[in-house]
Amino acid sequence: MTSTEGRAATISDPTTWVAQHGDALFRYALMKMRDPSQAEDMVQETFLAALKARHNFSGQSSEKTWLIGILKHKIIDHFRKHKREQSSDDIETLSEQLDQQFSPRGHWEITLTHWQDPDQAHENEAFWKVFSACIAHLPDRLADLFILREIKGLSSEEICKLLDISTTNNMWVMLSRARMRLRNCLDSRWFNHDNREVR
Amino acid sequence: MLSCKEVGELVSQGIDRKLSLREKIGLKMHLFICKTCSCYDKQLQFIARSARRLMQSNKTGQGIPPLSQMVGARINSTIKQQLDDEQQKRPE
Repeated sequence: MTSTEGRAATISDPTTWVAQHGDALFRYALMKMRDPSQAEDMVQETFLAALKARHNFSGQSSEKTWLIGILKHKIIDHFRKHKREQSSDDIETLSEQLDQQFSPRGHWEITLTHWQDPDQAHENEAFWKVFSACIAHLPDRLADLFILREIKGLSSEEICKLLDISTTNNMWVMLSRARMRLRNCLDSRWFNHDNREVR
Repeated sequence: MLSCKEVGELVSQGIDRKLSLREKIGLKMHLFICKTCSCYDKQLQFIARSARRLMQSNKTGQGIPPLSQMVGARINSTIKQQLDDEQQKRPE
């Protein structure tokens, strides 16, 4: 039972957390860790840490944002401990690369090939592997942004806070970069790839 | 007239926010006459649909699976256990 006194009033009953937030946390963790059992462990650790810290929850952000914030830090710690290299965070270099797809006057410098019946790919498990790999190859913050955007119940403002993005306008520009990069990746690794078998 | 680069940005922002009437008209006019941008538009819409499925689909083999019920139950019982322990530690 949640107490109604003080600041803890806004947090829900911890026994409902898994049902409410489990999927969102797990999917985010799995995208980052790429290993289901490690992702499950991270989710459990997050809930237990949240349980201990729940009396400090200020209610400034939503419960889901707060939990994802904890999970995000846990994942960063995990990578640090295991010295696994995280993908680069060089958004500027990427932006420069993407800008070169246009002439100085803003015309396309590359040829775009039409994707034939793209939604058919959704039925193919191999497509999801390629799509996930393309997301993982984005600069870290762009990948985070792209994933978090699809989690229901996270507002733009809260995503900006989680990822230290100064304005929603910046967030839109970043998303546009991410999508353009993903387009290039899918174009070469899926739609114009002769051999679609992915191991 | 909007440049292709500006249109590319608007196509993406149209996925994230409501475009103004002025932006919408500029975009529509450009897409109507520019094959490359209209191709880009279709591809970005597909990417947006795919992203939604990736994170929200409950069908197996499509996107990222949800947390398995078994694991969810295990985590939930660990939470309950912790809560019980907390209760017992309290003097009242």
